[in-house]
Amino acid sequence: MRFAAGAEVRVKRDFPELHGPCHIRTPHYLRGRPGRVERPLGSFPNPEDLAFGRPAARVPLYHVRFDQPALFNEGQSGDTLLVEIFEHWLEEA
Amino acid sequence: MAAPPRAESLVLLERFVTALKAKGVVTEAEIETQITRTDRASPEIGARMVARAWTDPAYRALLLSNGSAAAEAEGVSMAGMPPLGVLEDTETLHHLVVCTLCSCYPRAVLGYPPHWYKSAAYRARAVRDPRGVLAEWGTVLPAGMEVRVVDSTADYRWMVLPRRPAGTEGWDAQRLAAIVTRDHLVGVALPRTP
Repeated sequence: MRFAAGAEVRVKRDFPELHGPCHIRTPHYLRGRPGRVERPLGSFPNPEDLAFGRPAARVPLYHVRFDQPALFNEGQSGDTLLVEIFEHWLEEA
Repeated sequence: MAAPPRAESLVLLERFVTALKAKGVVTEAEIETQITRTDRASPEIGARMVARAWTDPAYRALLLSNGSAAAEAEGVSMAGMPPLGVLEDTETLHHLVVCTLCSCYPRAVLGYPPHWYKSAAYRARAVRDPRGVLAEWGTVLPAGMEVRVVDSTADYRWMVLPRRPAGTEGWDAQRLAAIVTRDHLVGVALPRTP
């Protein structure tokens, strides 16, 4: 497990959808966005492999908190978003 | 209610299930078991868990630290189900649950998701304009309350533990459970005294 609660992270700005069929659980609106790890949620088989019937390694999953108004340039200051993100989609911010 | 299924959808479903069975992915018995389990689940289970948490501090702690264990303690079989997480509303924080990717929903304790939960409009707007969505539900948050949208994108299923409404002092768990609805457990509305 690479990140602890409170770690500053950034969601990778990556769009594998552009390069072929895939199954991604990282919402588009978070790609490239900074957040903070709320808490680790354990490890789960990688859905990107599961979806294609491939052997799926268990990947750590995190609850990551984001500043909500910053994502959409609207909303109320202080509001937040909490999203489950797999470790291979996160980098240190 | 949702619109009745289209004929071509039923044909597609039948072919899909036939293929899954042929490949040994699922059996007819497993599908039946899952349908029975979801048919049996209803928001009354979640409401019972919330009411118990409001009246029993030890259960509240269990609910917040391990939702699946708390569901099991209410007689719900969680074997093979995604883990349940429960998020606690406070005086300054209100949770709203959505699944922008599809329709992830804590079926084990709430049953089938309502049609609006699966709609593109709710899924898109809950993350972008949560306060607008809440306003349309007639949900007025006290001043100073932050909104936290929970986008359920992966392996957990999330339920909200709302705040116990004022005016329910001395109520027992059964009476409390009767005022908790599915909408409160998703976070689009707040429990109130009748």
